[in-house]
Amino acid sequence: MTTEAGSETEVKEKAEESAAPADQSEQATEEAQEVTNGEDTTAGGEKEEKKEEKDKEGKGIARFLPPWLKKQKSQSQTSPAKEDSPIQETVAKATEEEEGPAPEANGHAEQVDEKEQAKENEAESHSNASAETEPAKEEKVEETAEESAEETKQTAEEEGGEGEGGEEPKKEQGGEEGEDKGEEGQGHTSIFQSPLRLVRKAKMKLVVCRISLLDGSDFTCEVEKRSKGQLLFVKVCELLNLMEQDYFGLTYTNNHDQKCWLDHTKEIKRQIRSNNWQFAFSVKFYPPDPSILTEDITRYLLCLQLREDVASGRLPCSFVTHTLLGSYTLQAEFGDYEADQPKPLDYISQLTFAPNQNKEMEEKVLELHKSHRGMTPAQADVQFLESAKKLSMYGVDLHHAKDSEGVDIMLGVCANGLLVYKDKLRINRFAWPKILKISYKRNNFYIKIRPGETEQFESTVGFKLQNHRSAKRLWKVCVENHSFFRLNAPEPPAKARFLTLGSKFRYSGRTQAQTRVASSLIDRPAPCFERTSSKRVSRSLDGAPMISITHAGRDLGGENGREPHLELHSDSKASVPQTEAAAADNTHSDGKEPGKTTEVEIEETVVIQEVSVASKPGVVTVTDSPLAAPFAQQEVAEQEVKAEEEVKTPVEAKAAKQESVSSGSESEEEAEYHPNVSVSLSHTQIPEEREEEEKEEEQDKKEEENEESLDAPSAPAGLGQSTEAANTEGEEEEVEKKNEEEEEGERETEESTEDSMVTPEETPNGLDLAEEDTDGSVPPAAEEEEEEEEPKLNGEASVVEAEPLPQVICCSEPPVVQTEMVTISDTFAAQKTEIATKEVPIVHTETKTITYEAAQLDSNGDGEPGVLMTAQTITSESLCTTTTTHITKTLKGGLSETRIEKRIVITGDCDIDHDEALAQAIKEAKEQHPDMSVTRVVVHKETELEEEEEEE
Amino acid sequence: MANICPYGHFTHVVVRGIPETFGKLAEDGGENGEISVELAKAQRQFGCLTGALRQKVGLQLIEIPPNPDLPESWRIEDVAIIQGDTALITRPFRQQRRSEVEAVRRVMSELNLKVVEMGSEEGGSGGATLEGSDILFTGREFFVGISSHTNHRGAEVLADTFRDFAVSTVPVCGGARLKNVCSMGGPDTIIISKSDGAKKTLRMMEQLTDHHYEVLTVPEDSAANCIYIRGPSKRDFLLHRPAEECPDSVSAFQKLQDYTLLPSACSEASKLGAALSSFCLLINRKHTCF
Repeated sequence: MTTEAGSETEVKEKAEESAAPADQSEQATEEAQEVTNGEDTTAGGEKEEKKEEKDKEGKGIARFLPPWLKKQKSQSQTSPAKEDSPIQETVAKATEEEEGPAPEANGHAEQVDEKEQAKENEAESHSNASAETEPAKEEKVEETAEESAEETKQTAEEEGGEGEGGEEPKKEQGGEEGEDKGEEGQGHTSIFQSPLRLVRKAKMKLVVCRISLLDGSDFTCEVEKRSKGQLLFVKVCELLNLMEQDYFGLTYTNNHDQKCWLDHTKEIKRQIRSNNWQFAFSVKFYPPDPSILTEDITRYLLCLQLREDVASGRLPCSFVTHTLLGSYTLQAEFGDYEADQPKPLDYISQLTFAPNQNKEMEEKVLELHKSHRGMTPAQADVQFLESAKKLSMYGVDLHHAKDSEGVDIMLGVCANGLLVYKDKLRINRFAWPKILKISYKRNNFYIKIRPGETEQFESTVGFKLQNHRSAKRLWKVCVENHSFFRLNAPEPPAKARFLTLGSKFRYSGRTQAQTRVASSLIDRPAPCFERTSSKRVSRSLDGAPMISITHAGRDLGGENGREPHLELHSDSKASVPQTEAAAADNTHSDGKEPGKTTEVEIEETVVIQEVSVASKPGVVTVTDSPLAAPFAQQEVAEQEVKAEEEVKTPVEAKAAKQESVSSGSESEEEAEYHPNVSVSLSHTQIPEEREEEEKEEEQDKKEEENEESLDAPSAPAGLGQSTEAANTEGEEEEVEKKNEEEEEGERETEESTEDSMVTPEETPNGLDLAEEDTDGSVPPAAEEEEEEEEPKLNGEASVVEAEPLPQVICCSEPPVVQTEMVTISDTFAAQKTEIATKEVPIVHTETKTITYEAAQLDSNGDGEPGVLMTAQTITSESLCTTTTTHITKTLKGGLSETRIEKRIVITGDCDIDHDEALAQAIKEAKEQHPDMSVTRVVVHKETELEEEEEEE
Repeated sequence: MANICPYGHFTHVVVRGIPETFGKLAEDGGENGEISVELAKAQRQFGCLTGALRQKVGLQLIEIPPNPDLPESWRIEDVAIIQGDTALITRPFRQQRRSEVEAVRRVMSELNLKVVEMGSEEGGSGGATLEGSDILFTGREFFVGISSHTNHRGAEVLADTFRDFAVSTVPVCGGARLKNVCSMGGPDTIIISKSDGAKKTLRMMEQLTDHHYEVLTVPEDSAANCIYIRGPSKRDFLLHRPAEECPDSVSAFQKLQDYTLLPSACSEASKLGAALSSFCLLINRKHTCF
């Protein structure tokens, strides 16, 4: 086996190499489509394998190394990256015959595979997946190729899919895409030409995009039809010679006359959903302090945007302000006032300063213009911005909505948070730090508010938007604004991987903090640019605008450190919603499955941290678990303490599979976003074990739930606490419950019960856990937070619309439940039987679960579930060991029981002495809690198949 | 923004004398029938206040003569809201007071302020009512207390008039007026009463604002209404109620560093629900606040 693997690896690399060139040739335009790449690569690789097994690795293997390959490396620390991919291939081959079904089916199967394997953390969007599948169909040339391609595809999809993750790879490739690559590639191409490639070539189409620029001119360019937003945006930025790009974006008008931001990470075609390739370059994030901008050109563009905002009335100003701003505009565009200028009012009246411009205003503008004598255009711009930024509506993106009582209001999204206006009056304001969660479901938009000092409960405020598109649009804007303005630094690279998991909804650019750093690094002579207002004037006259801002733009990209942009991209991604993303994915996936059967609404959950967490944060805060909080509030003296310690050796996050599923749902009727949540990301996680983790977590949750639900002395309650049997029962019950729920969910997509609410929440948690840490530290924390939040929510009735939220959750639940159920049952079985289980679906990973059970000192048999008094999570993480402690205090009839659950995740490169590690862990646990007894030890051992193979 | 500058820069103050009919409103409304006020004392206090504004602070004082037909006309704060070059002539809640605006409007025009009429925008049917004693302007934004005398429509007009600024509405508890429980005590300082209602209002203000304000809490409602002026001499002045009118709060004012404190009695007017700020309209005719 070892040998085989080795050869495969080689081949693979070679394949990649060849693939890159192929790509190049295919894409006349310089754009990197990961998907395409991936497919090609795989296809090429296969071919190569067959034909010339012995080909050497090209010079720049590293360069052409597919991003996904790299990613895998980083993701699974346990397994050498190289071997990973070969294995995959092998698997693919093996499965070939089985997968006889149509390409579509294949695609589906693959998704499933992914899930099970949980190898990849990234989530792909459903739409993407489906889209990708199409090409495969068409290219039926070789079955083998196709299949392998599919696999690769998946990976590629993940990367390219929604989040920044896609971006990263892109960028990596992007650099190479240049001409160099092309040339190199050519040679290779000729050698390794694959049928696939040919087909592709024939299909490639160029589309003409028309972008209206801020100076009123239009820019026309061609892009490949499947280009992503990023490509177009970069083109525009190059044209404008703009380096501080992150404040800007491209908008398009959708079929419903709404202006939407073009997502850089998605294909343009899929976003605009029409043949109208018309865009507008605009300011997306208004810097609260424009003086932080480094370059004049950036300020100039911001000025152009603001002039239009003011003139159109989007940015309301008083008369005085109109005149002042107008005078700065004159100064910037025409220089000093010259008395002898012929009929100054003529040109003035061709400029629009205000919605209701009149002679009085123009005269006043001229008067002020005189006072600006000597001011350079750049200075005038600065003054303009200094005035404009003080306007109360500066940078506020308004959305029509109705409050819970049906009253028309406006919701304004800005750098500081969310503002609520009614008839121009500010009636409420939710600063980002006050917002715990942002979500939407259909046309409802919800924000969950952190309780104030004097308040006990969180509140949820709901708003109605015109339709679900509007709600989603608003939600996206919120997510992006929060990410941009509130998130700080890029996360460490390890975390970055997680980023890739994210769903489409996350902000994919740099945060303001990052862009500021990047700006400070700009080292180029100030680009000269032409102020074009005069042209605008002429334009208004003759209607034939020209592009005037063109300069050395081309140079920008390569030399001046454009790269940081890309890198940052990925970073920012990472920083943002790692855990959340996973959670979202999970939700998605869950939703998806049910969706097939019935129409189930999908809920997306994105949790974002406000502050970047240290790379190796000991403390993990998770938002998602609903159960714990309530208990925590009830404090009872504990008399008896029972300790249950679980030591698990390598535990992995299982989010991946779910993610894949989740990605699928484009319908996104709902989504959630959790700002402010600080999540520590432990990246030790191995994809494969996610399931197990989930199971465990679920178990925990279930236990808790059981306890909760069973508060009253109901039969099954007691069991769950410490005995495995009990657990099992509880879980089973849970499962049943879930099933029921699922069914319910299917029937009534929209209806949700409290239970259902809980469940959905749990699911996200589980994901979070998995992703965040192998340690499982996440879960408890998540539970705590969630619990707190959730219960409050329910109780919160006080706030506007507490009920709708639950509903949302409900919907998402059913799907989630399904997935979890399966997982759980497996886990259970594994634990019970104490047999190492090799899960069929998981190709490359082996999971062993061993349970040691000690006679329980306390009679768990009490059977009374008791009350969970407190739940506490302590997480500490070292490089390779992560320990999560979950303390559950339960009050049973007068007696209180404390259960401590420790999850220790040890991750390492194959050489871990598991027994020793386990012994050590148990020893430590005993030392730490001398008065407690170890009742159960569960060991999950995850080994990469490759390793095993080698060992064998 | 040329007209956005720290609060407190004023050059002019407009006041209106106290008529003999001071406190006689009771006859119309019947609400204040039991309250006995001393006209002479009120006039004396008014004189002290205006004297301090002119001589101590150094403002240009413009005094509109009293009109016996308008017993409440001395509450000039209610009838106009001035920011920068713009004066919004309000529409007081009570019908009887609406003619008070005429004289004030004239003065505003004479001062070359851009006069905005509320009535014209809203029309009589709009039902918009607005009184200056429900408006707290902080230099950065407006807070409008929605009270018995000021309604949402009125606040909208305000927002439409002063578009550069955020206009937030806050509840006013206990039937009081916004300015009865708070006022500006410096460019970034809000003086506010300790009462529960005031706390509620303050919380709302804190929630609604993008800025951070220092908060000076005083135990008595009466002490919460002060007049802060950064006079032409670049010194900080605070006119506040004297110790005999708010014994517990005077010490709080001592915390204000480098302020010139000017205790000004207002006992008679306060019996009618007024406060120090009720007497004056502060105007800045110099654009040198940058």
